[in-house]
Amino acid sequence: MTELFSHARYVLTQNPLSGFAFVLFVLLLVLAVFGPALAPHDPFAGNTGQALQPPSALHWLGTDQLGRDILSRIIIAARLDLAIAAASVALAFVVGTAMGLAAGYLGGWTDRVVGRITDTIMAFPLFVLAMGIVAALGNTIINIVYATAIIGLPLYARLARAETIVRCGAGYVEAARLCGNSELRILLGHILPNIMPLMVVQTSLTFGYTILNVAGLSFIGLGVRPPTAEWGIMVADGASFIISGEWWVALFPGLALMVAVFCFNLLGDGLRDIIDPRSRT
Amino acid sequence: MKPDEVVPLLTVEDLSVEFRTRSGTVHAVDRIGFDIYPGETLAVVGESGSGKSVTSYAIMGILDNAARVTSGRVLFRGTDLLKEDEVRMREIRGREFAMIFQNPRTALNPIRPVGKQIADVLSRHAGLSASEAYRRAIEVLAQVKIPDPERRARAYPFELSGGMCQRVMIAMALSCRPALLIADEPTTGLDATIQAVIMDLIGEIAQAQGMATLLITHDLALASEQADRIAVMHAGHIVEIAPTKDLLTAPRHPYTRSLIAATPAPAASLSELAAIPGALPDLRRDDLPPCRYSERCPRHEADCDGPLPLERLSARHTVACWHPL
Amino acid sequence: MTVLLEARGLVKRFAVKKDGGWWPLNRRPSQIFAVDGVSFSVAEGETVGLVGESGCGKSTLVRIVARLLDATSGEITFGGADIGSVPARQFGRMPQRANIQMVFQDPTDSLNPRFTAFDAIADPVRRLRPMRRADLKARVFEMARLCGLPEELLSRFPHQLSGGQKARVGIARALAVEPKLLILDEPTSALDVSVQVVILHLLQELKERLGLSYLFISHDLNVVRLLCKRVLVMYAGRIVEQGSTADVFGAPAHPYTAALLSAIPSMSTEGRRARIVLTGEPVSPIDPDPNVCRFYSRCPSGTSLCTSAGPALVPVGSGREVACHFPRLAQSEVGRVEGVRAGSYNTTG
Repeated sequence: MTELFSHARYVLTQNPLSGFAFVLFVLLLVLAVFGPALAPHDPFAGNTGQALQPPSALHWLGTDQLGRDILSRIIIAARLDLAIAAASVALAFVVGTAMGLAAGYLGGWTDRVVGRITDTIMAFPLFVLAMGIVAALGNTIINIVYATAIIGLPLYARLARAETIVRCGAGYVEAARLCGNSELRILLGHILPNIMPLMVVQTSLTFGYTILNVAGLSFIGLGVRPPTAEWGIMVADGASFIISGEWWVALFPGLALMVAVFCFNLLGDGLRDIIDPRSRT
Repeated sequence: MKPDEVVPLLTVEDLSVEFRTRSGTVHAVDRIGFDIYPGETLAVVGESGSGKSVTSYAIMGILDNAARVTSGRVLFRGTDLLKEDEVRMREIRGREFAMIFQNPRTALNPIRPVGKQIADVLSRHAGLSASEAYRRAIEVLAQVKIPDPERRARAYPFELSGGMCQRVMIAMALSCRPALLIADEPTTGLDATIQAVIMDLIGEIAQAQGMATLLITHDLALASEQADRIAVMHAGHIVEIAPTKDLLTAPRHPYTRSLIAATPAPAASLSELAAIPGALPDLRRDDLPPCRYSERCPRHEADCDGPLPLERLSARHTVACWHPL
Repeated sequence: MTVLLEARGLVKRFAVKKDGGWWPLNRRPSQIFAVDGVSFSVAEGETVGLVGESGCGKSTLVRIVARLLDATSGEITFGGADIGSVPARQFGRMPQRANIQMVFQDPTDSLNPRFTAFDAIADPVRRLRPMRRADLKARVFEMARLCGLPEELLSRFPHQLSGGQKARVGIARALAVEPKLLILDEPTSALDVSVQVVILHLLQELKERLGLSYLFISHDLNVVRLLCKRVLVMYAGRIVEQGSTADVFGAPAHPYTAALLSAIPSMSTEGRRARIVLTGEPVSPIDPDPNVCRFYSRCPSGTSLCTSAGPALVPVGSGREVACHFPRLAQSEVGRVEGVRAGSYNTTG
């Protein structure tokens, strides 16, 4: 473990972007965990008298059309956006990896069935598919998680399958058979630990994309509903005010989204450098 | 051929190469020097980590970005190759020097038919037109004894066996009749019968074209069959250079003797095979002793810690040892 | 000597798709004859070498013998019991699994990168000879000591070990369940000369101490000569010559063996030796003609007899067998071969 830490420290210091992303990540985590305590104002308390105020000393990022402090809403929205994305990624990761492992190791019909499932999902423009699923199942948070998880599935399944196939031919798999390991034990005890690092890197890289999907669904009204604070809804709300010159209502939530996605993408790159430098593009 | 009269084709003088890595600076090659005479075959023999491949890359000027040449000269026809710029080096590579590598299939372009790859070399260095170059490429394929060369010229590397790919590499390397061929482990990984054929082929062509060969290998038996002289490397140093016969019958450096004793070919029984004592020193150390074999050497004495001498035992036999055998 | 392992008439064919042709008309698929009628035995305490070049089928053969792969047909017995009929997938549960173990060619590839050396050596013990934690630890330490592996290396991962150390871990792992037969698939070809010596000495010592039998595969005849008393020479899926190492290497009877021996570099001081050069293309392993000798296309001395009847592996005295119509034998043995010249591949053996 200590070797991993020293290698991690090396990568983070060698590449300032990765280090920066790591700091951002910690910041986002703090916001998600301690959000409500950090918000300067009550995010739900509206004061129509204070509506649509530009950024000022009192409201650092201004107020929205109901007089709510935008900064506070952005802070507590972090928790919701990150939580939904985390649940979605976790679900896609677990199910996708299992599917990929089975397809890669067993081949034959398992491989064909998994292949057809992933092909079907990928035949659709993924966001449109997510919209369809949420529209069909209903506008709840859990359905958003399911929808974004389903569209994220194929990536994990394919990666797990490809990595499993590579390792199936490795000498240590043959050696494991000689040692009396059953096929299941080889799959879970010998192959899975070897593909794990690459799968974990993938989660970070897709985290940002998932946040965007979640926010996007909310933006078009198929996701989280008002008055819940969520970055996508906030951008949607603020969109109509850009024309009339109140730019801050949409801009700051949008910036928050951008920063979060940026952070996770860079973090994913950094993680990949730590875990498997050879796959750097 | 008496070396005192003949001018060497290539002279490596006092060459040192380091690599900067995360875990420190690796002193891969330390002040080595040797000559290659026209038409001769010099084998550089060493185990992994001895620096033999690094030496050949330094001569060709194709070292890694992390590598630094910290001293020395590589003299070819009077010019120091280390000081030449990349443009000039590109002209020299291919026309004056050629190199063939260990994994022939991976050294060839997988998406280009082999005939065209050879023709590329010819048009680049011999200034032939495309069709002339292609015609000549087929001739060269025949020269390396590839059966049915017209058909094979259209083949891709993945369609050819390892031995065939190596012949294609040789064809590419020799198409411009270079003065020196550097062969870096050219037959490792090939079957024994193919290996023999490839090495004999290189020998024949070298003799016919008057070409010198620098053979890099870990296989002392192979070197003994193919080379006129052998240079033995250990941990970045050349410990002994001698004509093959002298080296095998009367080695003067303890490492050479140990290497011979560890090579299965001449030993009649397992008990005659002797392990080389100790282990390779870590080349990242700053406190490496001047003789890098001294820590493993059973003949080590107190005065072995002085700067490494290079004793010239005869005109063609040098050894780097304070107490040669 | 009691026979430990016996293989009779082992055949392994792989189906392969032929290019071209209309699919519905290609009713009978083509087959690669990776192993084509191999019989041999290993006695207790014996070291048998298996040599041959790439593509000759030796890797497939030993994987069948080690029960990692199923043969298309043929029998394998071990210690008198039939082990060939148990499918490879189920063999891991048989008590015989621990008796046949294998050491692989590439120490890096054969060790799980996420397992420490300890885990690697403990794995077979945990699966095949379950014992208490303390006993397991003692056993792993003992195997490490036996193989010259310092205790502190056991907590390291493969990428932190040198080539020689990884090779030792592989050997320790194979020996951890006290096998009777150890199959070694080119165990030293990925190692430096100096490490190779140490490992060879180790293997010899272990054999004597533990009373093991070895089936030793190598492309390096010099190594085989040092370690093995008997040697099998394989070509294109068949055994072409078999006998004591001294006989076979001293006076090879089969032209392929002779060519192979002449190709191996020796540390002679005379420079390049006269070599038996094999010209011609190797025969395709796909659907080979059973009546044509597989070596005919490259043989320096074949005749029309060699294309009408494939030679069978027949005894030629003093424990030797050769599959050739024109073996180079001492005069005293020629007479014995005359009578079997008309054999073909279709006879068993």
